[in-house]
Amino acid sequence: MRQKKSTEVTVGLFVILGLLALFFLAMKVSNLTSFNDEPGYRVTAEFENVGGLKARSPVTLAGVRIGRVESITLDSDTYSANVVLNLYASFSTLPTDTAASIYTAGLLGEQYIGLEAGAEEEFLKDGDVIELTQPALVLEQVIGQFLFSKAGGDE
Amino acid sequence: MDGIQRLGRWAIGTSERLGRGYLFLMAILAGVPSTLMRFSLVIQQLYSVGVLSVFLILISGLFVGMVLGLQGYYTLVDFGAEESLGVMVALSLVRELGPVVSALLFAGRAGSALTAEIGLMKSTEQLSGMEMMAVDPIRRIITPRFLAGFISLPLLAAIFSAVGIIGGYIVGYGLLGVDDGAFWTQMQTKTDLYADIMNGVIKSVVFGFVVTWIALFEGHDAIPTSEGVGRATTRTVVHSAFAILSLDFVLTALMFGEV
Repeated sequence: MRQKKSTEVTVGLFVILGLLALFFLAMKVSNLTSFNDEPGYRVTAEFENVGGLKARSPVTLAGVRIGRVESITLDSDTYSANVVLNLYASFSTLPTDTAASIYTAGLLGEQYIGLEAGAEEEFLKDGDVIELTQPALVLEQVIGQFLFSKAGGDE
Repeated sequence: MDGIQRLGRWAIGTSERLGRGYLFLMAILAGVPSTLMRFSLVIQQLYSVGVLSVFLILISGLFVGMVLGLQGYYTLVDFGAEESLGVMVALSLVRELGPVVSALLFAGRAGSALTAEIGLMKSTEQLSGMEMMAVDPIRRIITPRFLAGFISLPLLAAIFSAVGIIGGYIVGYGLLGVDDGAFWTQMQTKTDLYADIMNGVIKSVVFGFVVTWIALFEGHDAIPTSEGVGRATTRTVVHSAFAILSLDFVLTALMFGEV
C-alpha cells in the first residue's frame, strides 16, 4: 500500500522541524557550545576561601575568558583550597607573578577567577603555582567588619 | 449496605480496567516489531497525529513564550535583573512548560481524536470485522497509532520550547528593550544540555507514551454506543491531564530533586 506522496513529504518536514527545534535548543539555548574547550595547560592556585566558586567556573584575564576551573580540593595541611585552573594553550604567555582573585559577576552573579598579569620575564608553565591570590569576598564578613569598625568608632 | 456495595463495584471495576489496560499495553508492545516492518502505516498516523498538531503547537508555544517574556520582565525589572529574562524563559519552557503544555494540548487535539476514532471503529464493528478476516486489529490499527503518538510528542514539545523561546525573545528584545546579547549569553551559561534539555525531552517521551496509551485504551475499551464513545473521549482528556500533571511532579522530583 503506497500512500500519497504529499503525506510522506509533510511527515518528513514535520520530523525535520522537530529535529531542528531540538538542534536549536542544544546549540543556541544550552551551554553545549561553551564546552569545546581547546586543550590547555594546568596551573594551581591556593586560596584562603573560594566562596561560591565551582568546577567549570570561568577564568578571565582583562575580562576575556581564557580558561576554566578544573577542580577544587581542600589542602588538609594548610586548610586552604587548592584550585586547579585549565588555561587555553593559546594564552601561554602569562608572567610567573600573575595574580589570581575571585570576583563576583554583578552583585548576585556567579563567581569567577580574574587573573592580572604581572611583569616577570618568565612565563607560567604546566604544573606551576600562582603565588599571589586574593580570596573570595564573603559578604557577611565584610558587613561584620564594617559594623565592628562602626561600633568601635562611636566610642 | 447499598453504599458499600457501590464502593465494592467501583473498586472491582477500576481494578479490572487497570488490568485490561496493562494487558492492552502488552499487546501493543508485542505488535511493535511487525508494525516496524510496515512503517508506511505509522507514517499515515504520524500525519494525522503529529503534522496536524504542529500548527496548534506553534501558535500556543509562541504565545506562551510571549506571555512568559512579559510576566517575567515585570517581575525581574523590580530587582534590576531584566537581563535574566532569557534564562527565566528558557528554563521554564525547556524544563516544564514545553513538555507539560504540549502534552496537554496533544491530549486534547490528538488523544481525543484517537479515542473517538477507535471507539467508532468498535461500535461500527470494524474491529470485529477485521478479526473475522484474520487481521489482527491491534497490529493493523492500534500499534501504528501508538508509535506515531510516541514519536510525535517529543518532537512537538521541542518545537513548542523553541518557538516559545523565540516568542520570549520577540517580546523581551523587540517590545521591552532587554539587551540582545545578555538575553542569549545568560541563557546559554545557565541552561545545561543534559540537566535541563535532555530531562525535558525524557519528560515528553514519558508523556507521549502515557497519553497515547490512555487514548487508545479508552477507545478500545469504550462501550460501543454513541454515548459510550462520547464518555470515553471525555475520560481520555481528563485522565491524560491527571496522568501528565502527576507524572510531571514525580519526574521533576526525580530529576531536579538532588542538586
